[in-house]
Amino acid sequence: MDSFVIAGREFRSLFLSPLAWTILGVSQLILAYMFLTQIDYYLGIQAKLIGVVGAPGITDLIVAPLFGNAAVILLLITPLLTMRVISDERRNKTLSLLLSAPIHIRDIVLGKFLAIYAFLLILLITITLMPLSLLTLSELDIGKLAACFLAMSLLMAAFSALGLYMSAISSQPTVAAVSSFGALLLLWIIDWANSAGNSLLSYLSIMRHFENLLRGLISSTDIIYFILFTGGFLILSIRRLDNDRLQK
Amino acid sequence: MSTLIEVNHLTRQFSGHYAVNDVSFSLNKGEVLGFLGPNGAGKSTTMKMICGNLTPTAGEIKIGGYDIIDQPKLAKAELGFLPETLPLYPDLTVDEFLIYCAKLHGLRKNAIKKALELSKGKCGLMGMGLRLISHLSKGYQQRVGIAQAILHNPAVIILDEPTVGLDPIQMLQIRQLILELGQQHSVILSTHILPEVQQSCNRVQIIHHGKLVLNESIEGLSKKMSSSSLIARFRQQPNESILAELPHIDSLEKIEDVKAYLYRLHHKQGSDIAETVAQLAVNEGWGLMELYPEKHDMEHIFLSITKELTT
Repeated sequence: MDSFVIAGREFRSLFLSPLAWTILGVSQLILAYMFLTQIDYYLGIQAKLIGVVGAPGITDLIVAPLFGNAAVILLLITPLLTMRVISDERRNKTLSLLLSAPIHIRDIVLGKFLAIYAFLLILLITITLMPLSLLTLSELDIGKLAACFLAMSLLMAAFSALGLYMSAISSQPTVAAVSSFGALLLLWIIDWANSAGNSLLSYLSIMRHFENLLRGLISSTDIIYFILFTGGFLILSIRRLDNDRLQK
Repeated sequence: MSTLIEVNHLTRQFSGHYAVNDVSFSLNKGEVLGFLGPNGAGKSTTMKMICGNLTPTAGEIKIGGYDIIDQPKLAKAELGFLPETLPLYPDLTVDEFLIYCAKLHGLRKNAIKKALELSKGKCGLMGMGLRLISHLSKGYQQRVGIAQAILHNPAVIILDEPTVGLDPIQMLQIRQLILELGQQHSVILSTHILPEVQQSCNRVQIIHHGKLVLNESIEGLSKKMSSSSLIARFRQQPNESILAELPHIDSLEKIEDVKAYLYRLHHKQGSDIAETVAQLAVNEGWGLMELYPEKHDMEHIFLSITKELTT
């Protein structure tokens, strides 16, 4: 309950700054352009595909790549969204307002997370509207679209949890942004090291799990990976804030 | 009278250095406690610990009977805290901010409106509700901070330097407000301004180098402050030996660099020698010009206590 109070304020504050609007606008613009080029590409090869048995459909060729691109854009914008949430409160000393109120630290972290997540879900919904618009002209594999939606929503949760943690450990927003971007990018590409398939590295890679889901392959391994990832960083953030009071 | 705050053997270390060292005190309902000390004495650290923003290295803190570590939710519900740096969100309006604070303290919807009106009225913020906090002057921001601390009608109100940056009129109003609050709540007030303590507190604590060096009621302190010396100025040179032999006189001091024949007569505490001196001056024809008891103000006591410990 308390976390919703914090989430509500945080969410409204996001929209008080031009940052949120800019992020929504710019990412929408870029993704719309990518969506159009994807359609253009599909129209170009459509004729060749007709003769092929088991050829990829419109969902594979347009929707999945769109969400793949969206993930990369998300990699860039989530750090910008999360950088301020805790480090700013610490810098402006408003954290003591939360710490002396009768609320649990868990609720503070959860509230911040929910606010960022809610914002990203708005972004996700606006992105999903693009492929849905294709329904007016053709048929879509709704199952695969749902899998893409699920993949994105899990990815967003993981990204915001990591960003939140980085914001909790750094005293400056920019430091938080740079370190969360670095961490996300590293986890994204960590399995490039050996394509032979080192199981540990490929298990750690966010991209690997994300792409499985994007292809419509919903396995519990991937879902559990994202849940553990999100939960882990949220717990770390709670621990970090708790430690503020113990500072030596 | 019920004890609202109980602090026992409170200690806080920062990397080996004692910021607060074995501090114990308690506060009853309806008391206003002035917390004094030079910069870096450990005032803010103590307050932060009482409000649960900092975990003590040792010792316990109980607020309204609840331990701040074991039952933080119950203990913090009894607390209103105004930290040294105002915890304000500049991009919210006064009303938005106060409503947020009320919600954080778990106030219900219909209670929020009432609490808002009440605390805004008390802090002189009527008609400011729609103003952005970042557009307010420092004094008004300070008022929003205080409004936030008293919003949920807490039993204990802790104000860390509440009158910093206020103009004299506002200071007077805030002191009035503190007196008013002291009737129904317990208030801890930290400040550098000594007259403020004399005016609005009924108990004084001085903390120095993390240790509590004075814990005294205002009455007890006024007794300490009561005079033990008399200033007398004469037109003519008095006979110093006669003066020195007066009963109850401890020592005689002549201060001549400012005005001629100015004496400070130290006498034993509790005895009044003014009348004898006047009588003597008339009899001897010294021409008494001035005669008044010297008051020690709070600054004197504060300085003497903190100086004694440093040297």
